This record gives sequence, structure tokens and C-alpha cells, in this order.
Amino acid sequence: MNAAYETVRAARANRRPTGLDYIHGLCTDFFELHGDRRYGDDSAVVAGVARLGGKPITVIAVEKGHTAQERMARSFGMPQPEGYRKALRLMRQAEKFRRPVLCIVDTAGATCGVGAEERGQGAAIAENLMEMMTLRTPVISLIIGEGGSGGALALAVADRVWMLEKAIYSVISPEGCASILWKDASKAPEAAEQLKLTAGDALRFGFIERTLPEEDLGKESFYARLKTELTAEFAVLAAMDTETMLEERYRRFRKMGR
Amino acid sequence: MPFLEFLFQPKNELEAGGHSSAPVQADEREPEKTCPNCHRGVPLSRLWANQNVCACGYHFRIGGRPRLRHLIDRDSFTELFSEIQGGDPLAFPGYGEKLETTRSVSREEEAVICGTAAIEGQKCAVFVMEPYFMMGSMGAAVGERITRLFELATERRLPVVGCTVSGGARMQEGLFSLMQMAKTSGAVKRHSDAGLFYLTLLTDPTTGGVTASFAMEGDVILAEPGATVGFAGARVIEQTTRKPLPKGFQTSESMLVHGFVDAIVPRARQRSVIAQLLRIYTEKGVRP
Repeated sequence: MNAAYETVRAARANRRPTGLDYIHGLCTDFFELHGDRRYGDDSAVVAGVARLGGKPITVIAVEKGHTAQERMARSFGMPQPEGYRKALRLMRQAEKFRRPVLCIVDTAGATCGVGAEERGQGAAIAENLMEMMTLRTPVISLIIGEGGSGGALALAVADRVWMLEKAIYSVISPEGCASILWKDASKAPEAAEQLKLTAGDALRFGFIERTLPEEDLGKESFYARLKTELTAEFAVLAAMDTETMLEERYRRFRKMGR
Repeated sequence: MPFLEFLFQPKNELEAGGHSSAPVQADEREPEKTCPNCHRGVPLSRLWANQNVCACGYHFRIGGRPRLRHLIDRDSFTELFSEIQGGDPLAFPGYGEKLETTRSVSREEEAVICGTAAIEGQKCAVFVMEPYFMMGSMGAAVGERITRLFELATERRLPVVGCTVSGGARMQEGLFSLMQMAKTSGAVKRHSDAGLFYLTLLTDPTTGGVTASFAMEGDVILAEPGATVGFAGARVIEQTTRKPLPKGFQTSESMLVHGFVDAIVPRARQRSVIAQLLRIYTEKGVRP
């Protein structure tokens, strides 16, 4: 086992704080809002309104659950199209009520299943990518565990993307990559290394702005520090003229791979 | 002769694409391709004359340049951004060599061809993806070319017509490839916000990160008959759910039923349908 794959395992660990842990650790007055107003409610995406440092925000989190039962109930944190549509509905609401959006991302990827395909998984993700690019309110995305491909990106078209030190962000799972390229899923550790999926790699290549240390992960001090950093960054973004903020958001992605 | 075959049999030389529909003698048989749908051998010359569509209606895969030829007015194409080349940003094992081989075999430099053109006289920006270049997978160069095309179209106030074919993001480029989904979507959004028209034609296969970005972002989404269109791979879904997939799953036809494409248009009618839509969508409406 190599260091990259150890990070993959740490990012997926059951005991790792999940989306709801972050919401409760960072926010007060959280009130969950359900449903995409089109078809259903996706339990893998938890969203609602809350206060961060006393100020209203919209918070959207992928929730994996801790126990086997919770994980089943949350579809292992793999969102359905309804999850992405609920997220977009509440992001538009955030725009209307002029509050910032915090996205907390922790997913192996969007659900792959017959129903998800028939209800337009691809279209749902595509719509979020397009709409988030011009959402007229600040967006910060935190990748706290797994940042799995398009299913993660659909909640990470943001002004700032921060990653936990042992989180991963990848175009494909190392297992998927190994089985496609080398017809052997057991070569996942090798793929993990080649995919450059650690937070350090993402920072080095300019895909994220910040990595967050996690020696006190899940502790009060951890959330307190993160809360301070988020509050400060939201204040920076709030002070920006909207057009400038949107231009910078566009440039943020525009420069990647040119 | 089975009834359906009788129905679709060319009635005259013109329908057969200018070639005699009389059976060829065994000794003068020309090379054939077997149609995976009707299982009959189709002489190559007839296939070419018929835009690579079998008499039974099966659409064979075609490369980006032949597709462009079917779609746009002769001599109207100005290719753009071909100087944008992909690299190997992660130094991924085997990728550099694979790129080189693909380039020499496909005689294309990347998996998308971009430019400006006219379709029945309607000026537009156009891109066609190349199935014979790593199955149209999207790396940084593909994303950059498409982004530039949308930026140029926004600046020149041109509609965009795009033909998609893709296995998805090109995993050998890691996050560089994933981020092209956001980058292209941003450019599509700016083009859209400028009030300009974007039409996509989904061809076989359109999957993964391309489906989950610019393929599904058209104002009008057309699809070629029988094309595979979806997000997750069918085999992956079957393995994950351990259930047989429904009949016709992830085809243009099922996408139409579920409301994700506007119309299915056979290859022979694509040019005229797209031209018609370009005319309607670029004409000023009644409102000032």
C-alpha cells in the first residue's frame, strides 16, 4: 500500500465526520429543508438554512451516515438527480435571500442506477454546473472525505474549494480506473497514486485554494477554527462586487487545463 | 423476404444512393459490412452513399470529418483551435504513447473538431467529437477547444451546433479532465445568457462527463436513432444493482420517452432539421 491509497482509505473511513457532523459542528439554528419540488427528496443530500457565526447561510451537504443502517438509509452518500435538484433549488433561494452557500462534499459519486439514469442524472449534474457558475451569491465548497467525479463537482462549482488534508478529489475511483485500464481492480493503489487525487496534489495543480489540517478532526477546536476561516472568507466574498466575483469564479475554472 | 426488409428495401437506384439495387454477382462482390441490426451484409459503397446508414435504419458509427461533411455546406468550414494540443499533465503511465498511437492512427490531433461553418446558408459555430480518437473522451484539450468555440460564438453572436460522442472524461488526465465539465459549462452558460442558440446532436455513444455537461445543456437536444446516451456505464449499473437492465435502456429512444431529448432525427434528415431550427431560433421573435 502506498501513501495515496492510505489517504483514499482515510477519506472513506466510517469514523470520519460526515456532512451532518459538520453542519452541527459549524452552524447554529440549522433547519432542514426537503425535496426538489419536482419528483422527490434525496436522503443522500441534506440541505437547509442555518447560521454561521450568527449570519444566515444556506448549507448543502452530502451525508453518508456512520453506521451500516445509516449508510443504507443515505444510499451511501451517492446522490440521486433529486439531490442535485434540491441543492440547486436551495442555491437559487440563497441567491434570492442574499445569503451565501456552503456546500459540504463527501461522495464516491452520483448514484448509478436505472432510476437515476431515467430521471436524468447527467442532465441534473449538467444543470448545476451551468447554474452555479453564475449564481449571484458567494459559494464555498468543502471536500471533507471523498470528492468523487461529476457527482462531487456538481456541488463544487464555487468561488473557493477547500479540502481536508486526507480528503480525495478524483475524476474516477482508483478501483474504477484500475479495472478499466488494467482490467484489475486490485491495482487500485497503483491507480490512486497515478491519479494524483490527494489534497496536496489538488492544491499543487491549482484545483483548490486551501488544504485544512485535521489532527483535531471532529473536535470542538477543529470546528471553531474552520468556522473562523469560513466566516472570514465569506466576508471577503461578500465585500466583492457581484460581477467581479462571478468573473473570478469563471476565471477560476477557465484557467484549468489550458 | 421478411416484411420489414421489403419495406425498407430501396425502390430505385436513387434510394439506394445512386447504386444499383440489383444483387451483385458472387465473383464481383465488393467488401461488405455486416449490419448488427438486420445481420445482412451491406456493400461498402452503398453504405457510404447512404451516410453509413443501413437500409434497415441502423446507423453505423462515423468519424468526425465525414459527419461534418454530411452536416454543413460544402467549402463553408473554417477549422479553429486545432493548434490546441493535449498533454500528459500527470505523466500517467502509458498515456503519452497511447496519445501518439491514436494520433497517427486517427490522423486527428484531438477528440473534437471545431470551427465555423454554414448549414443551408445559416452561419454557425460547430463542433463534432471524434469517436476514433479515444472514443471522444474529454481531456483538457477537448475542453479548451470547446470553451474557446463558445467564447468565440458569444463574441461573434453565432449559434453553436455540436455533435457529441464520448466515453466521458479522460481519466488519464485526472482532475484536469474533470474540471473541463465546469469550464465548458461556464462557457455554455455565458453563450446562453447572451441570448444565443445552442443545439446538440447526441450520437453513439454520449456518456459520462460529456452527458453531465455540455451534451445536455443545449436549448434543443436532438439524438441519432439507436444511440447510447447515459451518464453511468450500463455494465457498471448492472454490476452495482445486480439486476438485468430494462430493454432499450440508455438509448436515444428511452431518453425521448423520459423527457431528456427533444427529437430523434435520422442522419439523412439532420442537415435540413438543424437548418430549419437555426432559422427559427436566430430570427427575432415578435417581442422587441
